[in-house]
Amino acid sequence: MTTPSAQFRQDATRLSADLRHRQIIQTAMGKYETVRDIRKAAFQNWEEARKLAANTKWEAVNHLDRYLAEFVKNIEARGTKVHWASTSQQGRDIILGILREKNAKVVIKSKAMTSEEIHLNDTMEKTGYEVIESDLGEFIVQLREEAPYHIVFPAMHLTRDDIKDTFQKKLGGTPSNNPEELTMVARGVMREKYLQADVGITGANFAVAETGMISITENEGNARLTAALPRTMITLVGIEKVLPRLEDLALFLPMLAAMGTGQTLTCYNTFYGGPRQPGETDGPEEYHVVLLDNQRTAVLADAEQRDSLHCIRCGACLNVCPIFRNVGGHTYGTTYCGPIGAVLTPNLRGLNEWKHLSDASSLCGACTETCPVKIDLHHHLLQNRRNGARQKPSFWQKLAFKIYAPLATSPGLWSLTTKLGRIGGALQGLVKGTRLDPAYAWTKTRDLPPVAKQSFREWWKTRA
Amino acid sequence: MTVTLFIPCFVDLLYPKVGMAMVQILEKLGHRVVCPGGVACCGQPAFNSGYWDESREIATKVLETLKGAEVVVIASGSCGAMLKVFYPELFAGTKYEAMARELAPKCFEFSGFLVNKLGVTDLGARFPHKVTFHDGCHGLRELHNKRPPRELLAKVGGLELVEMREAETCCGFGGTFSAKFPMISTAMGDVKCASALETQAEYIVSSDSSCLMQIQGLLDRQRKPIKTIHLAEVLVQK
Repeated sequence: MTTPSAQFRQDATRLSADLRHRQIIQTAMGKYETVRDIRKAAFQNWEEARKLAANTKWEAVNHLDRYLAEFVKNIEARGTKVHWASTSQQGRDIILGILREKNAKVVIKSKAMTSEEIHLNDTMEKTGYEVIESDLGEFIVQLREEAPYHIVFPAMHLTRDDIKDTFQKKLGGTPSNNPEELTMVARGVMREKYLQADVGITGANFAVAETGMISITENEGNARLTAALPRTMITLVGIEKVLPRLEDLALFLPMLAAMGTGQTLTCYNTFYGGPRQPGETDGPEEYHVVLLDNQRTAVLADAEQRDSLHCIRCGACLNVCPIFRNVGGHTYGTTYCGPIGAVLTPNLRGLNEWKHLSDASSLCGACTETCPVKIDLHHHLLQNRRNGARQKPSFWQKLAFKIYAPLATSPGLWSLTTKLGRIGGALQGLVKGTRLDPAYAWTKTRDLPPVAKQSFREWWKTRA
Repeated sequence: MTVTLFIPCFVDLLYPKVGMAMVQILEKLGHRVVCPGGVACCGQPAFNSGYWDESREIATKVLETLKGAEVVVIASGSCGAMLKVFYPELFAGTKYEAMARELAPKCFEFSGFLVNKLGVTDLGARFPHKVTFHDGCHGLRELHNKRPPRELLAKVGGLELVEMREAETCCGFGGTFSAKFPMISTAMGDVKCASALETQAEYIVSSDSSCLMQIQGLLDRQRKPIKTIHLAEVLVQK
């Protein structure tokens, strides 16, 4: 079996040379950057807003026990059933249990990265349920049997022609590549499924402790229909999504919209506080909230990286990341991609198997600079590297650094290194850019400057 | 004042002229320059790769060598960030922590030192060319040196600075990253070069020779017309 690391390398090699892919992503990101900056400028003081958001999340995450208990008490008071899932297996079992009990056949879903995280669709489909994604981007990638490419824009790697082709192949008909027309095709399929669906499954953007409410923010109205039409509603939410107070959303909703999609607010912002109450005319008869841990408490226990639980999944760090922009979301091979994925995945899924995601970074820090909740992303990549090297050091790297240390700290040896470097450089000229070249990783695509005829230190000595 | 100039390994071996230009500028401003020969590296390659014990073997020597320095000027934003920002973290909880914390505020990247510490922007240089500036990531985001290099360039006679769209985008060097993931590193460098070429500048200027090694390496291979030059070398042109 291919390891995640080998797979990453293989896919990264292909995608980083794919100029069409690069162009699609650059164009999309260029548009995003323009609108994002307009929205950021609309905040009275963006840096203060970031600080406030980070402090609020710090408070929530550092008192998670208290706020979760408060959230559960308040949402249960209106008849919601709350379930606790320690692992992804438990999360799947709880949801399958509800589907069985409700004798469900068709399940409609709105966007939920947590459901990707626990591979819920796959499990439900294998168990025999018909599952339809109702977010347009998710619907498209579901048709293509792909994972979401990006945590906010699942189908951003596709052009309208790609989408037209997908619809034609999977749904029949001969749609044009007009976005509105394509949306209508998807709507036609979905509207029917909303009515057939026995259960609707959603994710959550925030869980408000004070009022016991789930907050979902969206642009297509599909989450509302997913929640309102089926008799049973299930929300799968990571435990770190809790916010203390309702008024916190006055900051977090516009912040998420600004950084996620460059909007002032997303089109639909809805709070779900429980199943249909006596006297109400709509809403699900039953409401289940599944609180997912799945290693989040392990991250919580790590004082160094605890702030990675601040993440509001806006995707802003992906958008500015030059690695993401060149290798694309699928290359990461896991649910959370980009910088936040490279920080979280080794901690959620195992350092040994996933630390290559933390290695694959130039540590430029664009992610940390943009993160609205001030997660110290690129420094966490360094910590993952350190932890990885401690847990399972690479023999060759350790040896190389062991040899280099005395060379770099002894003037005599450094002087010798300088001279050998010149000889090595001359010899290397003979095999430059070929596989025999010890610097092939560099010289395959780049020239290497020669060691200077007189190094700085040699020059410095002549002045003394 | 006495300025201790820290010349990192790749500047020493590959770009000695950058160091020489710095010496020339600092001496011309009336400062005494000392240049300790004892250490040639800040330990960043090992640190960034996760081998912190090995990094400390080098970094300890750096701390001992620079102990008692009045100010330390580092001929690279990246190595400057290592000494100023990462040493305190690298040595946290060790007996060298106090030394690392004492050293940090005395450390400056070259352009930051001239502008922020000395308050100098006009060095009487003349470089009648159209240039674009590449912000090295460590200089920009760890040391927050966005302004200083531009203020220095603004005073260079005949020089026209044209900002590129991707000025703040990483060039893809990233130290050992460039060899561990050459395909990603190259793609990132290509994006950078394309953006620089768009400006039709004659030179890409930067405070970091390591970034320029990456960019020039790609430009040479692809036979592109634009050249790279370190900020310090621009500042000694007449």
